[in-house]
Amino acid sequence: MDFNDTPEEAAYRAQVRDWLEANAPKQSAGVDDGEGGGTMAASRAWQAKKADAGYAQITWPKEWGGQGGTPIQQVIFSQEEAKHPIPGNPFQIGLGMCVPTVMTFADEETKKRFVGPALRGEEIWCQLFSEPSGGSDVAAARTKAVRADDGSGDWIISGQKVWTTGAQFSDFGIVVCRTDSDAPKHKGLTMFWLDMHDPGVEVKPIHQMSGGSGFNEVFFTDVRVKNSQMVGPLNEGWKVSLVTLMNERLAVGGASGAGWSEFMEAARGVQGYDGQAAIKDHALREKLADWYVQAEGLKHTRNRTMTALSRGQTPGPESSIGKIVSALQMQDLGNTAVEMLDQFGIIDDPELAPLHAAFHTSVMFAPGLRIAGGTDEILKNIIAERVLGLPGDIRVDKDVAFKDMPTGR
Amino acid sequence: MNFDFSDDQKFLKSEARKFLDANCGAGKVRAVLDDERKAYDQALWRAVAGQGWLGAAIPEEHGGLGLGHLELCVIAEELGRAVAAIPFASTVYFLAEAVMLAGDEAQKAEILPKIAAGELIGALATSEGPGVLTPGSMKTTVSSGKLNGVKIPVTDGDIADLCLVIAKENGQPGLYLVDLNAAGVTREAVKTLDPTRDAARLTFKDAPARRLGPAGEGFALLEQVLDRAAILLSFEQCGGADKCLEMAKAYALERYAFGRVIASYQAIKHKLADMYVKNELARSNSYYGAWALNTNAAEMPIAASAARIAASEAFWFASKENIQTHGGIGFTWEMDCHLYYRRSRQLSLVAGAPRVWKERLVSHLERRNAA
Repeated sequence: MDFNDTPEEAAYRAQVRDWLEANAPKQSAGVDDGEGGGTMAASRAWQAKKADAGYAQITWPKEWGGQGGTPIQQVIFSQEEAKHPIPGNPFQIGLGMCVPTVMTFADEETKKRFVGPALRGEEIWCQLFSEPSGGSDVAAARTKAVRADDGSGDWIISGQKVWTTGAQFSDFGIVVCRTDSDAPKHKGLTMFWLDMHDPGVEVKPIHQMSGGSGFNEVFFTDVRVKNSQMVGPLNEGWKVSLVTLMNERLAVGGASGAGWSEFMEAARGVQGYDGQAAIKDHALREKLADWYVQAEGLKHTRNRTMTALSRGQTPGPESSIGKIVSALQMQDLGNTAVEMLDQFGIIDDPELAPLHAAFHTSVMFAPGLRIAGGTDEILKNIIAERVLGLPGDIRVDKDVAFKDMPTGR
Repeated sequence: MNFDFSDDQKFLKSEARKFLDANCGAGKVRAVLDDERKAYDQALWRAVAGQGWLGAAIPEEHGGLGLGHLELCVIAEELGRAVAAIPFASTVYFLAEAVMLAGDEAQKAEILPKIAAGELIGALATSEGPGVLTPGSMKTTVSSGKLNGVKIPVTDGDIADLCLVIAKENGQPGLYLVDLNAAGVTREAVKTLDPTRDAARLTFKDAPARRLGPAGEGFALLEQVLDRAAILLSFEQCGGADKCLEMAKAYALERYAFGRVIASYQAIKHKLADMYVKNELARSNSYYGAWALNTNAAEMPIAASAARIAASEAFWFASKENIQTHGGIGFTWEMDCHLYYRRSRQLSLVAGAPRVWKERLVSHLERRNAA
């Protein structure tokens, strides 16, 4: 038991380090606001450099611009890359989820058209799954694709998606549509790719409760797509979307932001009881210990996952615990830090609040993190059903035609 | 990255499970639970000695198997899973570890072979009453090689042969070895939350005592011993917690209520998912502790604290929610749920309560971050 690279891994790490030393940006391109502002040009330039050297998607086959590498090599590259002031990565959803889906199901010509530009960051993809009527229940999608009545074989898409990350700067998207309302909900869906610049596509930013706008609503008004833009077979869109979502679990990370060490630092400088700093307050110390233990638990769970990859094994299900733990901790830690400030905690001004109001940001962002990429409740269902093997819920909608399903609001 | 046990260690673990399935079924644990005169499972103790487990981490020159601490960790996990009713922790995690850490050559040569052979049961005596023991509050003293004072509770104090005692000599805390079979020692068994793990009040009146390790270093040495024990105990806790999750899952899959198995209700599914999350956090922290123990890393105090806190929390949660999942039958003496609930209390308290370890962890983090 150790934390060392194997000789092969060490050699790869050395090679990656040399390459990054010679090629990575020397200074930050600015703050990545997740909204495509400011750093896009730098992001694209860095992505193109990586693609030219085969580092953009290391595990992809060489013929598609990868290295035919192993997952552990990808992890090593990401670890080393993170040591440099690299710009944000708006390509991850496309390269991690959308493009692999297209690559799994599309013909050679389509693959050739899209893979290269996506890899080099010239074209960005988004994933159009969630709808106002179905977030956790993605298969309840109502966005419709109807055959054009002109005999062209084209499809006309209309409806609305929501919480689409990066739609505002995306060139293409994959979209799950209802193609048969007479079939039960899982059996009447079809996946298409489409051009986000089509005049029938309208992207509106969502104003989050935290103040930012990292996500969008996307409206489709009679968007015409060719039959050849179908990804996978007709009415088998659910199975196709599972391929995408399988990749999502690998792509969506946990919470970042202020953690236990920032809390400890802040608590040193805040007035507590009896003229002592707040860090001397035992109620806070116990919480601090709990957060540390959780954070270490997640860190070493990742090390266990990496070990499985390093040994060429499939990682165990333990990696599924990450977001549940980190999102809840973000909320609890942020709120405890704000309460530690007593009345001063009311102030959410980066000029006045400790750590430029990082804890306040946690409080306001954590509710979103507990929902995004699988709510706490859905993730617990996934652990219960896929890891522990407990039965699925009783489904009242399984054998009912989609059009006859009760919908509520 | 190689943050996992080796194939050989995993093989040892599966062999240990088979051995304990055959030699330490719930019936064997209950035989100790239900009989007040039985302090431990003597047959299992002899069998475990025969397997060489007592000396797994003891060097061959002192009669052990000369394996490492990682091997001891996998054995500990299986003992915890089986809620084994033997003085393994007292003898191996506390006494043997202390002797290997601080004993002189003569002490090692005398004590370790007896432990490895199963001829000597050990114990650790620190607590003197309710609350946390501190250098200021400690009343037990040593003078001219004679120990005086009262220690309560001492786990396995009613059956142990050799006890490690913390006491003051000339105002300086030290660790002392005391032969409990010698004159000057009175033992009274006390009723415990987990009757499969006995404890006693030990009264010392001029009992002969030999110092282990340097004078004045008692609390510093004790902390090192407790760090090592905490990591090994955390594996017992992980084993127990995983077993509770398995029990809860098995019962939820066979029990029907309102026309369906209760495992199909989200209230139960989410409870079991919460158990799984805590168990995995505990396991990962324990693995890091195992690495620190095996390499004698400088991070050991922090790693041990984290392992102890995470594993105590996981076992407590899993053992109480296992009872809850079982419903009424889980509250009966006949169901095994309470064996784990009781053991979770014993393991969380025997090396100091999690609350104390949380304070210790944060103190270490403060020092580390200030450095």
